[in-house]
Amino acid sequence: MSVIEISSGVLLALGTFFCVTGGIGLLRLPDFYSRAHAGGLPDTLGATLILAGLVLLAGPNLIAVKLVMVGVLLHVTSPTGVHALAKAAYSRGVRAEEDSSE
Amino acid sequence: MLEFASIGILVTMSLALVRALLGPTVYDRILALNLFSTKTVLLIAVAGFLTGRPEWLDLALLYTLISFISLLAVLRFSKYGNLGDDERAKR
Repeated sequence: MSVIEISSGVLLALGTFFCVTGGIGLLRLPDFYSRAHAGGLPDTLGATLILAGLVLLAGPNLIAVKLVMVGVLLHVTSPTGVHALAKAAYSRGVRAEEDSSE
Repeated sequence: MLEFASIGILVTMSLALVRALLGPTVYDRILALNLFSTKTVLLIAVAGFLTGRPEWLDLALLYTLISFISLLAVLRFSKYGNLGDDERAKR
């Protein structure tokens, strides 16, 4: 278990943790707009960490370049997509609940 | 370590599917599908490394692009009722 494998294992574990957190947040949060946060942000971070772990595993070759490309693409498209989703929802009348502090 | 990552991703995908079924508004379902497709990209990458064939990453790259474009198409359809081919959408 060289240093690279250990560090990629740690990165993969952290990424998986954030992905599962995003999934749980999607279920438990009360309101659509709070769920939009859970659907967009944690899984982008989790995806970046998992892809970084895979880059460490793959070593310096073409595969690592492709992984970096997928990571950069996810960084751009996922939050933008969720923003467009919230904008479309708002324009079609989905309103945030006033205060759900029960 | 890759096995745990793939199991975690599969768990997240099932959670997203549960939200897609439960979701009151249609936008919850679109949000769940967006999360699902992002996780599919990750699953392709991790499974590629698990089976020792990392050339699947072209699929992951392509799937990221397709899922973003399809998300915008669905949003445009749900916002204007069609894909913007009449006067009302051009305004």
